[in-house]
Amino acid sequence: MKILVCVTSVPDTTTKITFTDNNTKFNKAGVQFITGPYDDYALARAVELKEKLGASVTVFNVGEADAEPVIRKCLAIGADDAIRVNAEPIDAYFVAEQIAAVAKETPYDLILMGRESIDYNGGQVHGIVGELLGIPSISPVMKLDIDGTTAKMTREIEGGKEDIEAQLPLVLGCQEPIAEWKIPNMRGIMTARTKPLKIVQPAGQDSLTTVASYELPAPRGSVKMIPADEAETLITLLRTEAKVI
Amino acid sequence: MSVLIFAELDEGKLKKSSQEAIFYGSKVAGMLGTSATAVVIGAADQNELATAGRFGATKVLHAADAKLNEVNGMAYASVVAAAAQQEGAKVVVLAKSSLGDAMAARLAGKLKAGLAPNVIDLPDLSNGFRVKTSIYTGKAFAYNELKADVKILAIKKNTIAPEETDATASVEAFTPTVADSDFVLKVTNTEKATGDILLPEADLVVSAGRGLKGPENWGIVEDLAKALHAATACSKPVSDLDWRPHHEHVGQTGIKVSPNLYIAAGISGAIQHLAGVNSSKVIVVINKDPDAPFFKSADYGIVGDVFEVLPKLTKAVQALN
Ligand SMILES: Cc1cc2nc3c(=O)[nH]c(=O)nc-3n(C[C@H](O)[C@H](O)[C@H](O)COP(=O)(O)OP(=O)(O)OC[C@H]3O[C@@H](n4cnc5c(N)ncnc54)[C@H](O)[C@@H]3O)c2cc1C
Ligand SMILES: Cc1cc2nc3c(=O)[nH]c(=O)nc-3n(C[C@H](O)[C@H](O)[C@H](O)COP(=O)(O)OP(=O)(O)OC[C@H]3O[C@@H](n4cnc5c(N)ncnc54)[C@H](O)[C@@H]3O)c2cc1C
Repeated sequence: MKILVCVTSVPDTTTKITFTDNNTKFNKAGVQFITGPYDDYALARAVELKEKLGASVTVFNVGEADAEPVIRKCLAIGADDAIRVNAEPIDAYFVAEQIAAVAKETPYDLILMGRESIDYNGGQVHGIVGELLGIPSISPVMKLDIDGTTAKMTREIEGGKEDIEAQLPLVLGCQEPIAEWKIPNMRGIMTARTKPLKIVQPAGQDSLTTVASYELPAPRGSVKMIPADEAETLITLLRTEAKVI
Repeated sequence: MSVLIFAELDEGKLKKSSQEAIFYGSKVAGMLGTSATAVVIGAADQNELATAGRFGATKVLHAADAKLNEVNGMAYASVVAAAAQQEGAKVVVLAKSSLGDAMAARLAGKLKAGLAPNVIDLPDLSNGFRVKTSIYTGKAFAYNELKADVKILAIKKNTIAPEETDATASVEAFTPTVADSDFVLKVTNTEKATGDILLPEADLVVSAGRGLKGPENWGIVEDLAKALHAATACSKPVSDLDWRPHHEHVGQTGIKVSPNLYIAAGISGAIQHLAGVNSSKVIVVINKDPDAPFFKSADYGIVGDVFEVLPKLTKAVQALN
């Protein structure tokens, strides 16, 4: 079985987001980049399936050279090799086209992604890739088992979940608790250095959206404190002042 | 050339978020000098469908093939793509939901459309087609320029406040052919909380964290939620510990909510939690620790013990009702 895991290199979840160049560029200064947390779940499950069923796991990223530490970390966690499309990920359609191009050349049984990136929060790359390859896409998947050529999954829906069966190949957007995040061990880190990382040029240049500018939210006004022994006045304020109940 | 809106049903009724999407779509149609058409898929009675008119749709395309009764993102996306072609629609609007998100992405692939996820305002047409979206999990906004011929807008809850008229929409049967390849997923079991208010749809949310000490104490959270007609939510550790179901987990790695009121009880206010709730209109924080970081992001705060404060609030709401 061949598994492709698509990963993003994104600002750590604790990053204070700022912009430069008159609010047209994300300010990377001092920012710690990590594997997208959802992508990390996808990778962890891929490595578990490899251990259980003997699959090969390829990590895939569309990004510039500064994404390589994240890619190496994925290799250290247990992926076998990696492909980086050397381009700025301009938008979701562009990224999806790169994934589809690679998957057309080498068919994968499973293309695992995160449910969404934590920078643009699009939640769309898996659906577009599924459409471009003419195969089903399912997200957010919180449980995945493989039985021969059948995938058995649990997907979260509003207010609940559903169990789904489908034939491979599939594109899945993953989220917890599909697997536990994995931390690379020393041996993994050593072997990751020599695992193959192929750099390819982008196929196609379709970007259908661009960001003209960014903006930060206005700070919330100051908090109004209510003494605990007068807690009930909160309810009055919510009705008369905030007018939300 | 009409603006097309996918309107989602819940048990045969238009979802509230879809009413908002229809109203939003009709506003965009007004800006473009055209009309708004809603596509509804699945069984629903004609009177209910006609209510799309109250929110600004002039026409409803109703796809009622029995094959479509079971919710199916891929097949539904094919139906909406066919409708977009028939109507020559250049703008497609959907409300964000687990179904809406899945459909928006497949549609973007089918129509090679520019997709703006997490839209929070009407578009600006003064210079191309620009729309404001929330990015970095609510920590920033982007003004997206949609360059493709077809544009898809997935709107967040509370993007616009719908106004109702007494107009009705005309209803037309819509019977596109949908390929068998859209029906290959086999749903073998569905578990859905019934009777509860769905968290992503809720106007009011009562959420609790590890400060509640254990699942056996959730009664006081549920009581307040019930009195307010609010949905319940929780922090990540609470769902990790299985105190509450995963679909109640809000935050960076959970559900993102934007209700009118978010009450957080016994939640410290970690940045990853705030990411999922910071677009709520009003935030109330109850925590026994006056230095809990959540107070910095709150509109109202109470320093106190949740086991004393929550029952008091419930009583006060009941007294008000
Ligand atoms: C400097 C810079 C500027 C950018 N400007 C824009 C912009 O203007 N507009 C815009 O839409 N995006 C922009 N991005 C790209 C953005 O970071 C995403 O990679 C891309 O847009 C997909 O985002 P999404 O939120 O829709 O992905 P989602 O659909 O939320 O992602 C789902 C999954 O797809 C996979 N995936 C997503 N992106 C990649 C990737 N690059 N490589 C491998 N797998 C991936 C991951 O598994 C992810 O979990 C920019 C990125 C950089 C670095
Ligand atoms: C990549 C990543 C993603 C994450 N995603 C999420 C996410 O999506 N959502 C999320 O919630 N977290 C997320 N987290 C975890 C997050 O960092 C915090 O650990 C978590 O939010 C803490 O949950 P909590 O506030 O319930 O618990 P705690 O931090 O333990 O806080 C409990 C609070 O309850 C208060 N308290 C205790 N007893 C009482 C009492 N009797 N009365 C009143 N107050 C009381 C305490 O003062 C404390 O402030 C993520 C972390 C990472 C690293």
